[in-house]
Amino acid sequence: MIYFLLYSPMLIADNKSNLLEITKNLRCLVCQGQSIADSNSDFALTIKLVVEDQLKSGKNKNEIYKFLISKYGEWIVYKPSFSKDNFFLWLLPYGIFLFGGMIIFVILKKKKHS
Amino acid sequence: MKINIIRISVFIFLIFFIIIMFVGLTKNNNYNTKNLVGNEISEFQLISLNNNETFFENNDLINSQFTLINFFASWCSPCRLEHKYLIKLKEENKKIKIVGINFKDKKDNALSFLKELGNPYEFIAKDSDGSVSVLFGVYGIPESILINNEQKIIKKFIGPINQSHYKELVQIIN
Repeated sequence: MIYFLLYSPMLIADNKSNLLEITKNLRCLVCQGQSIADSNSDFALTIKLVVEDQLKSGKNKNEIYKFLISKYGEWIVYKPSFSKDNFFLWLLPYGIFLFGGMIIFVILKKKKHS
Repeated sequence: MKINIIRISVFIFLIFFIIIMFVGLTKNNNYNTKNLVGNEISEFQLISLNNNETFFENNDLINSQFTLINFFASWCSPCRLEHKYLIKLKEENKKIKIVGINFKDKKDNALSFLKELGNPYEFIAKDSDGSVSVLFGVYGIPESILINNEQKIIKKFIGPINQSHYKELVQIIN
């Protein structure tokens, strides 16, 4: 009883923060640029309910994402996982960074010589 | 020489950037879940709209070559538009079983909707809080999912079924 009184509010608070964290990374498929956390559309409310139920049943963040991706595709998550279809998008910023660095290096080297 | 390399690199980068922008802007960005066709549906247990003791489960899909799972509600006006095609589908095709899932609706309203427009469903299930719709990857209603007896999604109809969808359905099942 004491355990329940002490820990149940903590568990509820923990689940609420997890719910917010997860739903912020989920895209509302029927809204314009809103996450599930931000939206009050019928679809968003349903997804919030499902995520909450899954958290209560003890599922972790990754299991919930995996479940929703299997139902709605990778588009539902704002941060898609690294795969052969999107590796280019993941690597492009690093490529641009290296390319920029290379240009700066060449220019500086040229200036130094002249 | 080095300056030339830089110029050529910047030029290549610009061309690449323009191509990416062009493809991105001309591509249809309206997402739908049609790319999930071919996936196997997960385990489900639908509870009857009429009582809490009758169920429809994965095993019940084996009895029919094709099953069309249709999400509907009495408050959804496009559902009224597609209903005549569901009735026609039931009357003219014996190879398909239609299962209706009543989405976030009141039982009395759903029953009067079916009384008014006819009942094409072999089984009517309830989805009072919408959680069943997530199991089927539904994000708006009406939506219909055609499943074969191997429990694979054959086709998804997002929005109301119309004449061309009906023809497509008949073609698939025959």
